[in-house]
Amino acid sequence: MNPTSNLDLDTRQETFLDANELIINMGPQHPATHGVLRVILKLDGEKVLGTECVIGYLHRGVEKIAENRTYTMFNPYVDRMDYVAAVSNGLGYCEAVEKLLNVEAPPRAKYIRVILTELNRLASHQLWLGTHALDIGAMTPLFYTFRDREEILKIFEKYCGARLTTHAFRIGGCLYETYDGFEADVKKFLAFVPPKIDEYEELLTTNRIWLERTKNVGNISAKDAIALGVTGPVLRASGVKWDLRKAQPYAAYSDFDFEIPTGQNGDTYDRYLVRLAEMRQSLRIIDQAVNKIPEGPIMAKIPKVIKPAVGEIYHSIEAPKGELGYFIVSDGSTQPYRVRVRPPSFVNLQALDLMVRGQLVADVIAVIGTLDIVLGEVDR
Amino acid sequence: MLDYITSYLNSSTTPGQAGNYFWATVYILIIFAGVSIAVMAMNWIERKALAHFQIRLGPMRVGPHGLLQPIADAIKLLTKEDIIPDGADKLVFWIAPLIILCAAFTTYIVIPFGPTHAVTDLNIGILFMLGVSSLGVLGVVMAGWASNSHYPLIGGLRSSAQMVSYEVAMGLAVVAAILMSSLHGMGFYGVASNGSATGVGTLSMIGIVQAQNEQQTWFLFKFFPLGFLAFGIFAIAMVAETNRAPFDLPEAESELTAGFHTEYSGLRWSLFMLGEYAAMIAVSSIAVTLWMGGWMRPFPHWLAGDTWDLVFSLFPGITFLVLAAFAFLGVIRMPKHPLFKIQTIGLAGFGAVLGLIGLVLLLPPVRYRILDIYWFSAKVAIFMYLYIWYRATFPRYRFDQLMKLGWKVMLPLALGVLILTAILGVVL
Repeated sequence: MNPTSNLDLDTRQETFLDANELIINMGPQHPATHGVLRVILKLDGEKVLGTECVIGYLHRGVEKIAENRTYTMFNPYVDRMDYVAAVSNGLGYCEAVEKLLNVEAPPRAKYIRVILTELNRLASHQLWLGTHALDIGAMTPLFYTFRDREEILKIFEKYCGARLTTHAFRIGGCLYETYDGFEADVKKFLAFVPPKIDEYEELLTTNRIWLERTKNVGNISAKDAIALGVTGPVLRASGVKWDLRKAQPYAAYSDFDFEIPTGQNGDTYDRYLVRLAEMRQSLRIIDQAVNKIPEGPIMAKIPKVIKPAVGEIYHSIEAPKGELGYFIVSDGSTQPYRVRVRPPSFVNLQALDLMVRGQLVADVIAVIGTLDIVLGEVDR
Repeated sequence: MLDYITSYLNSSTTPGQAGNYFWATVYILIIFAGVSIAVMAMNWIERKALAHFQIRLGPMRVGPHGLLQPIADAIKLLTKEDIIPDGADKLVFWIAPLIILCAAFTTYIVIPFGPTHAVTDLNIGILFMLGVSSLGVLGVVMAGWASNSHYPLIGGLRSSAQMVSYEVAMGLAVVAAILMSSLHGMGFYGVASNGSATGVGTLSMIGIVQAQNEQQTWFLFKFFPLGFLAFGIFAIAMVAETNRAPFDLPEAESELTAGFHTEYSGLRWSLFMLGEYAAMIAVSSIAVTLWMGGWMRPFPHWLAGDTWDLVFSLFPGITFLVLAAFAFLGVIRMPKHPLFKIQTIGLAGFGAVLGLIGLVLLLPPVRYRILDIYWFSAKVAIFMYLYIWYRATFPRYRFDQLMKLGWKVMLPLALGVLILTAILGVVL
């Protein structure tokens, strides 16, 4: 076991009548830990006395790789961190390097970026909903969400040839102009998806068992959430109206009119509602963007060899899972001196112990699901 | 010897009551084979229906529309390596699946597929049924404990608690049905107002169906809504009793990998599955017997008369003909490609067999004999479909919520229904 563990791994039985405490190893091979998360659970019967997350099973040294690649060469690597929201990762990295270079992407490129990123947010939330529901035992939403996510992936595939690790953007703008019929495809999707979201809601939102399984499960107060650095829908469900798209607008987000959905209780059900509301808000943003997408170039004037001046930059965006930040230090060469990623999943995962302590084993599964972690991003 | 065998043919009771061991054995073998085939069919139907709920196709490769998939699975499971974990208690590990299987299959002895189509008719039939089916808990606990592993242990404990608690509500709902069987117009329990024996309550499965026949109602609709409530309680409790979604906590895969049978593989695992599906059919049979008129056809009194008898007797044949029509529709829709030739021929053959069965069932001597079994199976099939439907729709309950539902909602409700039924029986 982890030598630095802060979980007391001694199991004790004070009197004869007490139940034996039990240490259970959940993962890394477990159907509901969303990849290779390992959680050491200390149980008293079904009650969780404490947890300890052991991570690193998917560590690929992404940050170290960056130091031996040029800025352009590193771009595809970021797609592999949060692989269900690759477009967001790419957007964050490209914007960070652009900031370092002091260039700005042309407006049309920004609009394309917004459309694709919001589509990706939708896809990420759909995947989250399917797997989260599956963890709680509802099998069917998974297939519905995957059916609808497919339409998004088709648009990605048509746009840049890849479905998952898209590498859609380049430093300075976009490499590809939108294909013929891009707007039509997106509009078709906008008409296609709202009834499908209603369908998910029909299956779950008022389902008695779903309510019992998610209400008052994994509560986290706004104060705790802020103290732990939790961001994204998890923070917003606790009632904090914090969305980087509004707070520090990047790309073209300041041009659009949308709401920040928040919850009150900070429980699993609120997080579910917040994410569903975000899906609808994303549709709103895409609708506005696709209707007023400007004409013009899609690539800013950037040098062939990217060689930023000595300096450092921190740039963060609102990824589907929370604040995704890139801290890049340049020593003036073609390769970054250091790249540090602030992944939302990793930071949000810290809240797991607080959220499940004193609850039941089944709630651990629900909470891991509701935190929406991707182990590729946690371990990098 | 031959006389011994043929003598039963003129009797109008079950072989068990007639004391005819030969026919009792034959019935047992038929039921064993029938239930095993039903489990295989259920396996295919569940996968197909669940797939269609979830916009998938389900098994499509092994045979036309995956019809041979259960057979392929059975062969796979039989030929798999038999693993017993090192730390396991070998004897208990070995016995546990057998107990579950035996408990599930023994209940079929008293299930009446028709007025004479049961192995035997015990005067304590329903009690026997509940008692034997609850022995399955023992197998679950033993499997969980013998595996000597954490997840199976928690799974075993969960399911023992769950099965024991839902048994209480289930038993009370059953008692309500038994009370209803004794009510016959005005009168007290056990004594009919007109002095006839039909007023006497019974625990016999066949007797309960006959009581429904005599009272000219399914107990589902008796003392509305009391019968309905009792039936509802039973219908929920039986899902919990068989560890199916949304009460499939003992084998909640997202929490406990596979619960009490995590360490089992191959043949032993398939015994668990066989036992689970057999138990599902068994409890559905109880529900049908107690509340839905058992083998009786719909509206035996309201739509009485020779014409209606004729119409309803055509149902079995027509059902098979419709199934055959579906098979031939599949033949027409098969891709016209040499690769699909064998599948197309196979499906056409399957359709032809179904059609032939349908035609045979339309023959007058056959159709009147098959009627009881047909209606009983059709009603059980409704419940089996419900099981699949639940699984596709509901999330899983959490353990404490399950217990709360069992003890704080179902139990008081069942008690209330029981008391009201008793009072109504005396007053009316």
